[in-house]
Amino acid sequence: MEGVFDFSDYGRLLELVSGSVIACAILGIVGGLIGVFVMQRDMAFAVHGISELSFAGAAGALLIGADVLTGSIVGSLAAAAIIGVLGVRARDRNSIVGVLMPFGLGLGILFLALYPGRTANKFGLLTGQIVAVDFAQLGLLVGTAIAVLVALAIIWRPLAFDSLDPESAQARGVRGGWLSAVFMLLLGLTVAVAVQIIGALLVLALLVTPAAAAIRVSSSVVAVPLLSAAFGLVSALGGILIAIGSTLPVSPFITTISFAIYLVCRLIAGMRSRRSAVRMVS
Amino acid sequence: MDEHEPRGDRHGGVVTPAGSRPAGAAVLSIRGASLRFAAPGHHGPRHGRDLWTDLDLEVAPGELIAILGPNGAGKTTLFRAILGAQPLSAGEIRLLGDPVRRGDRRIGAVPQQRIFPASVPMLGRDLVTLGRTGTRLGLPITRRADRDAVTAAIEAAGATALADRPIGSLSGGEQQRLRLAQAIVDEPALLLADEPLSSLDLGHQRAIVELIDAQRARGTAVLFIAHDVNPILASVDRILYLAPAGHRIGTSAEVLRSAVLSDLYGAHVDVVRVHDRVFVVGGPDDHHHAELTEEE
Repeated sequence: MEGVFDFSDYGRLLELVSGSVIACAILGIVGGLIGVFVMQRDMAFAVHGISELSFAGAAGALLIGADVLTGSIVGSLAAAAIIGVLGVRARDRNSIVGVLMPFGLGLGILFLALYPGRTANKFGLLTGQIVAVDFAQLGLLVGTAIAVLVALAIIWRPLAFDSLDPESAQARGVRGGWLSAVFMLLLGLTVAVAVQIIGALLVLALLVTPAAAAIRVSSSVVAVPLLSAAFGLVSALGGILIAIGSTLPVSPFITTISFAIYLVCRLIAGMRSRRSAVRMVS
Repeated sequence: MDEHEPRGDRHGGVVTPAGSRPAGAAVLSIRGASLRFAAPGHHGPRHGRDLWTDLDLEVAPGELIAILGPNGAGKTTLFRAILGAQPLSAGEIRLLGDPVRRGDRRIGAVPQQRIFPASVPMLGRDLVTLGRTGTRLGLPITRRADRDAVTAAIEAAGATALADRPIGSLSGGEQQRLRLAQAIVDEPALLLADEPLSSLDLGHQRAIVELIDAQRARGTAVLFIAHDVNPILASVDRILYLAPAGHRIGTSAEVLRSAVLSDLYGAHVDVVRVHDRVFVVGGPDDHHHAELTEEE
């Protein structure tokens, strides 16, 4: 492990990549928040499907010399639209995602194989490349993430109603179809941003793991999103701050931290249920 | 095949504030309502299937009307029409004088029960709060007035002890109490309950019926879709019986008769009364024992 970590020039390095650090922090928060709805709407697998098509879009853009983030957004919105229209019911959705996912991944690999550039950049789309993202791109990433955050805040309550209790929401006049469409759009944009930062294969570490961990330790509709956003932030920010001092990529740090948080939350939940079981017995 | 009983002048034995209201102050008024669905693969009214035709019903404050009938007779669809989510083919439905529309807060609804899975990240109180604020835009920050209304509704539903427990950890009957609290959180003029007793044990059934009666005493009119009329027979003012061959409205003594139901089903049906319970025997779809399938 000698030479993997080197924190001697940390301050100077941090300054150089401050844009990436901010992008990571915001993605961590957005991913944690939207992840709560991903869990409530049972869409973890759909997120994976969207991210593979987003990867195909980004790789296609790389091949034709277009903007990679734009390509990524086009790919993920196309996937979100297909899943949103054809996969209203959970079972249909899973089969559609299962069909789309290998297709998207295969298409992306084809585009990368045809791309004459350096190989190091290529696999960044699959496994993360935030430090390689240039400044203009970073602005776009952060802007997109903030737009998602604002939109999510606006539709939060009806979206939560529709996600948690769809029958009552419908009886109350909540427009479920319209909300679903907006949610898929926001999810598509978030995935496109996440693909740039941690890579298509690892998107779930920020869009699913923090929310899954939060649900383990709380059932409150207020506490779960707050915890999830905090977990996402700690994972993403912690990941990049460690990565800056090392020669390794960002992604494994983010995925490891978010997984560790999940494990701790499971442990806490397990201890709690054992304690309440003991209380019931005694 | 329309049967029209004289209506609106008998209100069981339940004393409610509604009893003193002047005639014409109906909470819900359904006039000449018909619903026809286009048959699959066909368009236009000629190939459709009538769910119900020329339905007339005036519901007074505090009145409880049980809606009975076989699966597929359009009971849940009638609720959807009252909620403004299902346009009629003919006729009109008015709530306190206004044509019904989506999202009218003067209607509370207990939808057909779906048990919440254990993992749903929601406390009992959250479910009720969604009923109060869930249609508003913005973040889930509740105002004091909303919190007070939620607390009052939970108390009225006898669910105070359940308010801070995860909804998925509660039994079906406990969840149903909270659903009822959610439906009455805005003090609705009309409460729609779609088979609220299904899959509940006798004790919980009785508790839910008591809660609904308490809400009626405050002037709320109730439409109650029931699979089995017996648990609510004592509270029912009138019955709307929907069947494929027509419908009938009247008191239980008027509607739950062999001749009437045989007519509605187009086949011989026996109505048997044992003590205070009513059983329908020999119907094509024996509704008191039919399976709990969603009608659509």
